[in-house]
Amino acid sequence: VENVRLLDRLSSRKAALGTLYLTATHVIFVENDSETRKETWVLHSQISSIEKQATTATGCPLLIRCKNFQVIQLVIPQERDCHDVYISLIRLARPVKYEELYCFSFNPKLDKEEREQGWKLVDLNEEYNRMGIPNNYWQISDVNRDYGVCDSYPTEVYVPKSATAHIIVGSSKFRSRRRFPALSYYHKDNNASICRSSQPLSGFSARCLEDEQMLQAIRKANPGSDFIYVVDTRPKLNAMANRAAGKGYENEDNYSNIKFQFIGIENIHVMRNSLQKMLEVCELKSPSMSDFLWGLENSGWLKHIKAIMDAGIFIAKAVAEEGVSVLVHCSDGWDRTAQVCSVASILLDPYYRTMKGFMVLIEKDWVSFGHKFNHRYGNLDGDPKEISPVIDQFIECVWQLMEQFPCAFEFNERFLIHIQHHIYSCQFGNFLCNSQKERRELKIQERTYSLWAHLWKNRADYLNPLYRSNHSQTQGTLHPQMAPCNFLYKFWSGMYNRFEKGLHPRQSVTDYLMAVKEETQQLEEELEVLGERLANLQKSQLNDNKVQSKQQDRSKQLGLSTSNNSLANTPQDYSNDLKSFPSRSPSQGDEEDSALILTQDNLKSSDPDLSANSDQESGVEDLSCRSPSGGGCLPSEDSGKDSDEAVFLAV
Amino acid sequence: TDEWRLSCINKEFSVCPSYPPVVIVPKSIDDEALRKVAMFRQGSRFPVLSYYHKKNGMVMMRSSQPLTGTNGRRCKEDEKLINATLRPGKRGYIIDTRSLNVAQQARAKGGGFEQEVHYPQWRRIHKCIERFNILQESLIKLVEACNDQSHNMDRWLSKLEASNWLTHIKEILTAACLAAQCIDREGASVLVHGTEGTDSTLQVTSLAQIILDPRCRTIRGFESLIVREWLQAGHPFQQRCAQSAYSNSKQKWEAPVFLLFLDCVWQILRQFPCSFEFNEQFLIMLFEHAYASQFGTFLGNNENDRSKLKLPHKTMSLWSWVNRSEELSKFQNPLFEANSLVIWPSVAPQSLQLWEGVFLRWNRPSKFLDEAHEEMINIIKYNKELQAKVNTLRRQLAEMETDDRMQENL
Repeated sequence: VENVRLLDRLSSRKAALGTLYLTATHVIFVENDSETRKETWVLHSQISSIEKQATTATGCPLLIRCKNFQVIQLVIPQERDCHDVYISLIRLARPVKYEELYCFSFNPKLDKEEREQGWKLVDLNEEYNRMGIPNNYWQISDVNRDYGVCDSYPTEVYVPKSATAHIIVGSSKFRSRRRFPALSYYHKDNNASICRSSQPLSGFSARCLEDEQMLQAIRKANPGSDFIYVVDTRPKLNAMANRAAGKGYENEDNYSNIKFQFIGIENIHVMRNSLQKMLEVCELKSPSMSDFLWGLENSGWLKHIKAIMDAGIFIAKAVAEEGVSVLVHCSDGWDRTAQVCSVASILLDPYYRTMKGFMVLIEKDWVSFGHKFNHRYGNLDGDPKEISPVIDQFIECVWQLMEQFPCAFEFNERFLIHIQHHIYSCQFGNFLCNSQKERRELKIQERTYSLWAHLWKNRADYLNPLYRSNHSQTQGTLHPQMAPCNFLYKFWSGMYNRFEKGLHPRQSVTDYLMAVKEETQQLEEELEVLGERLANLQKSQLNDNKVQSKQQDRSKQLGLSTSNNSLANTPQDYSNDLKSFPSRSPSQGDEEDSALILTQDNLKSSDPDLSANSDQESGVEDLSCRSPSGGGCLPSEDSGKDSDEAVFLAV
Repeated sequence: TDEWRLSCINKEFSVCPSYPPVVIVPKSIDDEALRKVAMFRQGSRFPVLSYYHKKNGMVMMRSSQPLTGTNGRRCKEDEKLINATLRPGKRGYIIDTRSLNVAQQARAKGGGFEQEVHYPQWRRIHKCIERFNILQESLIKLVEACNDQSHNMDRWLSKLEASNWLTHIKEILTAACLAAQCIDREGASVLVHGTEGTDSTLQVTSLAQIILDPRCRTIRGFESLIVREWLQAGHPFQQRCAQSAYSNSKQKWEAPVFLLFLDCVWQILRQFPCSFEFNEQFLIMLFEHAYASQFGTFLGNNENDRSKLKLPHKTMSLWSWVNRSEELSKFQNPLFEANSLVIWPSVAPQSLQLWEGVFLRWNRPSKFLDEAHEEMINIIKYNKELQAKVNTLRRQLAEMETDDRMQENL
């Protein structure tokens, strides 16, 4: 469709004219401006909603909201075209078969072997070995070999040694969707562990001997403690309501030596609405400070984030400080339970704060334990009530921790944002389907590529320059402030206003430091080379000297010593040398661009698709985005000064 | 320059008690005319030059409100002075830091604003920046919110919102951006005033300079900005910074005007972390000394007070202490890379944050953040060391090679 206008959300006067293309996988908007030919790519699977608004004099507006929080507003001149686009996008954004998803057609030109290597990057058996398992207390169980006991669990499950197959199967019958207690994390230092399950089918009074034995077995696997915590992550009211449906929570009287604890994290529906409300605030055209803060509060989003963090902190404390094992569950044990277990793990174990470890963590607590990616993130057309930003919240929790502990994580914010992007993009096979069983049936590993390999290949882009493996923050358990900690939770504009470049800091400390570190590394290498060359030269000169020593001995020595002298006395040389310095230091940036170069750094991001999608590339030459309101006040176009001021006056 | 001159008209503080002895005025206006203009402006604060934008020769001036009163008094000299600052064919903007409503009300008390008919080349823009009590109450509420020990997220956010502190920040920054935009992008000159021209006026003129002028983002440049635009320009520090947030007696003159300015600078610094030579600690230090200091720099309400108190003889200057290298190193931003551009901060709510370094200083653990800062310094220090080493080796090598060649030639 030609002559489509792409509106800029921040300033209504800045619109780009161009052509809209719909392909099998992307929506592509190409600007007419022959110089830039700026392209905006959006994957169909990223589209979360399409809204056709009332036709105006200029055309028919179409609003596309994406799952990665990009909002695109198009104006299509002809109502008919607009309708066609609308109808096609609705179809394209809601695939009904997995085979329609991008990852089945996406081909990064890797051969078979490389693809297989990619899938092997994260190996969960290796991970349990790293934790120190199997050992005297824990073993791998094959009860779920053919998904016979629980179809949303992985085939390989780790359970206490004393839990026989009989106990496991018995316990599974007493748990929602047969998700019996299984090991999530084992703390080597003190034998305490985190286990996870779904709610018990206790109703008002039902009991199950095997389930009681199962919890007993978990307690016995930690000889250092005579009780375990059972953490129900739901609000008490919700849990009680479940009893009427024959579900519910553990009765302390029936289980020996458990301490039961509610932690009120709201359910997926509350979270979905909360995000919705927060995004509405983010979308406001020019909100006042009060509008924004009030809207943020009203959305309750940060309150929910805090609830998840508090739960994670509680569990980490129980494990690390009290040495008590914890069993975590919610209703089905695949949403809140996954959030809480992974937050606790990241607090407890520095390994999960490394890039590789974080991949392992997501693979372990989310992918393998049957978090319903397909339902939650709407990969295939499904029930909109199943959609909820569960893993988004976990990712935000990690970001909040990064803000509090800037040196503790090996990866940076970009890493998190790209993972979030790909959870929705369906470009890689990792997050397809609702369970391991479904993925195996679809032969995902043979037909698609792994995101982890892709991120790993570009890991240089995702490094946190402040991370040092021997730094105190990278050791042991993290202890975030418990109280008063409300103000420690901040709005994450890097995520939720990700595509409003004008709102973000114009210079990035991370990128700056990354460039410095890169330069440092080059310098180190050069130093070595120079050192070698110098040594060689000295040697050869020495040899020379020996040959010619008779006559020239004296003069040579003199020459050397003068050269040393002159060295100390020529500071003016210094700057000259600096100028000819070849490496691309951040300081070398031409003045005009110095601020921009930094942004560029973050743009040359590893992901061709990502940067294309988000038209970051073009963000660079978009000088006007440096202007206060995100543009529109270049002298060239400001004949009408009124409108220009409107930028500030309107506020 | 050939358009502006230094005037010693205020030598004994005789014309305007809150101005310094020497001011910069248009060349074509003589001292006699200045005296008449002073009569027409509140507190005799006639328009003076605040900033000259080298790039295009546009200027920013500041003054107090004109005393037009209800019957629309005029002053020919005032009109002449203001017009004299424009180059032929250029236009200018008068930024009034009060809302139109407030400005109109001021007429009843003898104040007022410039009528556009009498200043045909100027357009007036009203921006609403709050004053006095409202700011003070805002600060008190904010500090109260920050000290709230409750665990309730909602209460924290609503208290933060109710304090309106960030709203004020946004208003001030927006006005400053507007002034800077007029000068740099529109190629127009600007006159800024509110009522007295000692508070919001100075916030706007000084922030606009930080946005426009890279020199103001260096330590020395920022110090001289504060001397020029705050101390010499007669911001009444003694009245405004007497009690700070914990004052119960609501003193009429108390207001965190300077703290708001520093907060705004911090907001810009946060958005351009590599463009400032100083760091957050420098701003916090200035905040502390403005309220309580062993140095004489911030005492008194204006230069006149300070010279009467003979402060330069009796006390030490803060600057002389700060500028010693051992102190200075604490305030240097390791990321600084001179940036000669105009920097346009974002004023969207998503881009503005609570200044934790000041307001949560005693309530939040800063250990991990300090460690990060240290790490940053180390990374950059190590880089510099290596650079020096490589350069040394390079030179050594080059010299040996020439030596070699010389030898071969021998």
